[in-house]
Amino acid sequence: MAELVLSARGMSRRFGGLYANRDVSLDMHKGMLHAVLGPNGAGKSTLINLLSGDLPPSAGQILYRGEDISGWSPDKRSRAGIGRSYQRTNIFPAFTVFENCRLAAQSRAPRALRIFSKAISFADLRDAADRAIAQAGLAERRDVVAATLSHGEQRQLEIAMVLATSPSVLLLDEPLAGMGPEESQSMVALLKKLTPDHAILLVEHDMDAVFAVADVITVMVAGQVLESGPPDQIRDSVAVQEAYLGDGESDDE
Amino acid sequence: MPLARKKSRNYLPLVLLMLALFPIFGSSYYNELIGKIMIMAIFAMSLDLLVGFTGLVSFGHAAFFGVAAYSVVLLSPKYDPGNLLLVLPGAVLTGAAVAFVVGLFVLRTKGIYFIMVTLAFAQMIYFVFHDTPLGGGSDGAFLNVKPELRIGEKVLLDLNEPMQFYYIVLVLLVVAYVFLRVLLRSPLGHALAGIRSNEHRMLSLGFPVFLYKLAGFVTAGGLAGLAGFLSACQYGFVTPEILSWHQSGNVLLMVILGGMGTLNGAAIGAFAFVVLQEVFSALTKHWQLLMGVVIVTVVMVLPGGLSSLPQRLKGLLIGGGNRNG
Ligand SMILES: Nc1ncnc2c1ncn2[C@@H]1O[C@H](COP(=O)(O)OP(=O)(O)OP(=O)(O)O)[C@@H](O)[C@H]1O
Ligand SMILES: [Mg+2]
Repeated sequence: MAELVLSARGMSRRFGGLYANRDVSLDMHKGMLHAVLGPNGAGKSTLINLLSGDLPPSAGQILYRGEDISGWSPDKRSRAGIGRSYQRTNIFPAFTVFENCRLAAQSRAPRALRIFSKAISFADLRDAADRAIAQAGLAERRDVVAATLSHGEQRQLEIAMVLATSPSVLLLDEPLAGMGPEESQSMVALLKKLTPDHAILLVEHDMDAVFAVADVITVMVAGQVLESGPPDQIRDSVAVQEAYLGDGESDDE
Repeated sequence: MPLARKKSRNYLPLVLLMLALFPIFGSSYYNELIGKIMIMAIFAMSLDLLVGFTGLVSFGHAAFFGVAAYSVVLLSPKYDPGNLLLVLPGAVLTGAAVAFVVGLFVLRTKGIYFIMVTLAFAQMIYFVFHDTPLGGGSDGAFLNVKPELRIGEKVLLDLNEPMQFYYIVLVLLVVAYVFLRVLLRSPLGHALAGIRSNEHRMLSLGFPVFLYKLAGFVTAGGLAGLAGFLSACQYGFVTPEILSWHQSGNVLLMVILGGMGTLNGAAIGAFAFVVLQEVFSALTKHWQLLMGVVIVTVVMVLPGGLSSLPQRLKGLLIGGGNRNG
């Protein structure tokens, strides 16, 4: 059995009377890509926010390598190796692509007291940034100011920034949304390449991509887990087809 | 800096030379005026670290300036010169220590609340000095003899000498400027710029944002303390007014007038503000009205402040009046 890294146990989150997540349990293993499907408003982003610490849960537990981390702040979880990307692009618009990723890498080796050294002089951070930029396919745009990137390129930068923090867990919220077909394809290839060394949670509407990369799929509807299992099981599930797949294409955000 | 920027001509050596040669030609009145401008420039640059570089709009920065100025009086013997090596670091540390304590509270708030709580803390400190005998109450207190640096019998530096004082201010201005420039290009400086740009993502990337903001706040408090030290030594007395919200407002206006987030802008803003204050108050006792008009005009015509003027003019000449260029 693969190594269990991050798991949710009976996790719930309420907004007023609405359960955005209700009694959600899910496991993430190293070397496995766990995809989460569900219609708009199903609670997928909320799930990621709960795992990353952007939102505190109303009930339930989050275990990271066996330790309950439900009370940890998002920065502490990030430092522990839980990295995430955002559905709505969340970058440093005024910085270059390189500086966005260099700063991301700096979070692993902060050196905050080295006030007499230049931030850009640390080769390890530069290398980590350039590696992440190349992985996300942005090498040619390295020195461009992020605000002037196309929407698709900003989506790539979003991924590059997480990669630059060398996380062991990746929580990716619709990374392919907004990317062109070519970028999508290379991102799928990248996900495949990253899977062996990472525990990945992928929220994605693009079915082809999901079935191409997922080892496990969880389908959520109205904040609850409808079904969870290997791709074949999900493809053949009557419940899933009724609740979600048969429900027309609600692809667009 | 993280921003890709075009290299522009560097006027700093020229400015430095002019400041160094000024006392040869200036009268004691003008020397004192330039001295005051340089002190205010240190103060404004320290605030710019928060407002312009970290995105923290503090409306209570006079507190750190003021407590440091008071500490000079309290750390000096009544009728003998204080020891510069004790009083100067003492004032800087006082500013930094007060900023540390205040920062622990105010940095938990954001936006308009941050502006209000920094103001509230500064007012509290103002009333401590205004209403208790600690610093002479509402009358303030005199620094009868200014500090000196003495080794054995030999006096190396004497702040009671106006010429020496002028050059000490100049040297400390350069030290503060270089220190901030170095700090801003360090990992800490880049992290502060990240916090200004997108605090949420900084947290998500794993930066303990609160500690970084606290580091910036304490540094700014220490540098404001340096300015407060010099101010107390320049005038030879302190009153609660140097802690008042007017003072916090004035230094904020200097930063806005000169242009936020450029350091040079803060210094230019201090220069413009002090000179205008001098000119306007000679004309009318309603000088604040004129000052208000100038500031509103600058903010509306030059959103980047006075320091963006050369670039703007160049843009007008080359770009044919493209305002957003
Ligand atoms: N901060 C919030 N305050 C109030 N309600 C919220 C908040 N965040 C999410 N919700 C609600 O929780 C539910 C789940 O939202 P969530 O964003 O998790 O859905 P999603 O599955 O990511 O949808 P999408 O596919 O559109 O991204 C929605 O009904 C949403 O309106
Ligand atoms: Mg979502």
